[in-house]
Amino acid sequence: MPNEQLTSRERRRERLDRGIKVRTEGLYALSSWKEMFYLLAPRIVLILGLLVAPFLLDMYWQRVLCAAGIYALLALSFDFLAAYVGLVCLGGSFFIGSGAYISGLLNAKMGWAPFLTIPIATVVGAIVSTLVLLPCLRLRGIYFAITSFMFPLLTVNVIIALNIFGGTEGISALATYPNPWVDQYLILSVVIVSLFTLRRLVNEDMGLILRSIKDNDQAVKASGISILSYKIKAVFIASLIGCFGGAYLSHLYGWVGISQFSLDFSILPIAATVMGGMGTLVGPVIGALILTPLSEALRGFGQLRVVLYCLILIGFIVYKPEGLMNYLQRKYHQFEHWEDV
Amino acid sequence: MAVETLLQVKEITKSFGGVQAILRVNLELERGDILGIIGPNGSGKTTMVNLITGFVKPDSGEVLFKGKTITGKPPHKIADLGVTRTFQVMRPYYSLPAFKNLIVPLNSPRIRRTAGGKLGDKDGVAIDILEEIGFERDAYVPYKIASSLPLGYLKRLELARCLALKPEVIICDEIFSGLSMSEISTMIPVIERLQMDGITIIMIEHRLRELFRLVNRIIVLNFGQKLAEGKPEEVMAKPEVKEAYLGTGAGYVGS
Repeated sequence: MPNEQLTSRERRRERLDRGIKVRTEGLYALSSWKEMFYLLAPRIVLILGLLVAPFLLDMYWQRVLCAAGIYALLALSFDFLAAYVGLVCLGGSFFIGSGAYISGLLNAKMGWAPFLTIPIATVVGAIVSTLVLLPCLRLRGIYFAITSFMFPLLTVNVIIALNIFGGTEGISALATYPNPWVDQYLILSVVIVSLFTLRRLVNEDMGLILRSIKDNDQAVKASGISILSYKIKAVFIASLIGCFGGAYLSHLYGWVGISQFSLDFSILPIAATVMGGMGTLVGPVIGALILTPLSEALRGFGQLRVVLYCLILIGFIVYKPEGLMNYLQRKYHQFEHWEDV
Repeated sequence: MAVETLLQVKEITKSFGGVQAILRVNLELERGDILGIIGPNGSGKTTMVNLITGFVKPDSGEVLFKGKTITGKPPHKIADLGVTRTFQVMRPYYSLPAFKNLIVPLNSPRIRRTAGGKLGDKDGVAIDILEEIGFERDAYVPYKIASSLPLGYLKRLELARCLALKPEVIICDEIFSGLSMSEISTMIPVIERLQMDGITIIMIEHRLRELFRLVNRIIVLNFGQKLAEGKPEEVMAKPEVKEAYLGTGAGYVGS
């Protein structure tokens, strides 16, 4: 109706933005319970949501949740390196592969229990990954991305060619977790702990130095700081997270094989990061928790799933380049209402 | 009076492909000196800074700091010894508040060593350094995000980043360029104060009038070679310097 259209034109949308102060300074929250709740609510929703999820899912989707947790860890480590250190690392599957093979070998050859093999594989895997990436750390941008992409492919070929570590067959009959609850709560608690630890870290002095290296490494050098040593520390932290995912995975399936070096582990975390919002850390985790079940639901399409990833990526790059989390964060701090003019 | 030679550059040479950037340049600096390096565009001034601070490795020649060679050392090692620089194209950490920019040098091994492992209130130290260099604390300038600061403050932030390292030598690469006259006139006392604090300074500059207020000795570079050295008035009176600066045939425009 023309009349209604006219009235709707005379209204305008008023947007109130809470001050930058609210967003950046936690101190503000102490002024009232309401403010404190306002800041804590999103965090509580995320943590409780993750902890309650296993009760709401059936056996099949519980398994998917575990896989989503692994992808979330990889996305977290990808985002940390890319957005805070400036290293775009496509070697996510190398982290998974090295963590998985080390814990698999320790379990199969030495007979050690998962509660021993997982921590050892996490640390040793991270050391191996860091050493492997060490020569590439001088490279920047796309060059680092390409070389880091090469390592998982290279390792697979070495395993096949030399027929070591079980060759193409892999190593099977590894110890698994006692029950599905351990499966899920182990990975979920690690996701939550690493998420909040990293968020803390990037705002500490070490995080500031890492961000400065990303912003401009020449000035960091001129400040008398060796950027290589800080990059090594950052890669070690990121690969710790990734290698835990691998070690966990080997005992989840009771099997390790060359598919743990597959491209999925390198590509999906990137899609999750783009979708969730680069540099938010929590965004990639949410992205992984959305994308993994989605790709599982589309299993019927087989290899066409990759096409779907690409479409989602393109869709986000075109329509929401800032990513889900940056968008939601902004909206959360804005109040909109219609006002008559 | 015995004066300590702090920095010495011997016969340093660097070429990029076919371009001879620096050819057999010598330079000597005593503690507390303030030296100006001038020259037309492309004469090798910034290359000179890069060679001294280790960002570019020389083809031949040597840089000595306190009598020990520092040629071939990586930039962060040279900065660790106390030779630091500003960048001609400013390089602040744009995403951080101004005072957080100083957290990086305040975490450096050099500062850790002098503080004996205890660094204390780094934010406070950072804000003190910024205030000293002209960031008005009352107006909350040190707390502003670096990308929102005007050019004058960014240039000062560059200098503050060097100062936070408690350096012995600061090399300022065109620190006046792009600044307004009023910004420069507030900058000059800052540099004078640094010199009084005993910091040795090399200034690379195009703004000669302002430079000559500060320095007592200049070096003129042209096509990578040292053309002249000495007191500003004497050097600028030399015909070859005038020629390099103003070209042949043109009259001296200005005063």
